[in-house]
Amino acid sequence: MLTVIRRFCPNDADDVLQDAFLSAFRNIGQFDGAAKLGTWLHTIAVNAALQKLRRAKARPERSLEDLLPKFVENGHHAADVSDWSPTAAAVAEREETRRQVRAAIDKLPESYRIVLLARDIEGMDTEQTATALGVSVAVVKTRLHRARQALRSVLHTIFAGEVL
Amino acid sequence: MTCRELVDFLADYVDGNLPADVRVHFDRHLKACPPCIAFLNTYNSGTKLLQAAFQDECCQVPEGLVEAILAARKSSATTDHVS
Repeated sequence: MLTVIRRFCPNDADDVLQDAFLSAFRNIGQFDGAAKLGTWLHTIAVNAALQKLRRAKARPERSLEDLLPKFVENGHHAADVSDWSPTAAAVAEREETRRQVRAAIDKLPESYRIVLLARDIEGMDTEQTATALGVSVAVVKTRLHRARQALRSVLHTIFAGEVL
Repeated sequence: MTCRELVDFLADYVDGNLPADVRVHFDRHLKACPPCIAFLNTYNSGTKLLQAAFQDECCQVPEGLVEAILAARKSSATTDHVS
């Protein structure tokens, strides 16, 4: 649980873990045994982390615009788009790659990073993420798409220059 | 359909949220546009790399915790029943 919470709240992980345990204790009567206990606790941990972030004061974030794709007036890509996906697939499991990707996530503004983690890593659906963060479904969808595009741009700088 | 329009709605395309009659326009554009194919492949790569980066990072729940929670649940159910 601490590992999951640290992904979202690296600075307050211990406090959030305590909130999550408290929540688990209070809601243990609702655990019906249908899901694995680990899955149930995982959901509680993610929700506790998202609620902590929801309560936190919004901090100014850097713009994501530089990391989004550019287009010319007629709607075509403004720059060449290279396909580095085979290179990435070949090295995805290496520890060095995993470290680089985790570092790439940390470069994203927090409001985008947490939606990306909740949706693409923790497996929450759009509605669950929206409820936990107190934002609309449309906001979650927009942030997820922009975060994926920004992550792609950061990863491009790592993989586009590499040759298999 | 332009490249910009395709990219704008790429998440819905990838996540399978587009109606079939709209999806066909995306498929048609992708067949004729290598830059958009490259963009789609690398967009999907980002998600796969992300999942690989956090795979196996956790999450075994300690057996003692499982037993303690199940015991608490059993105890709670008994108390509810008695009261």
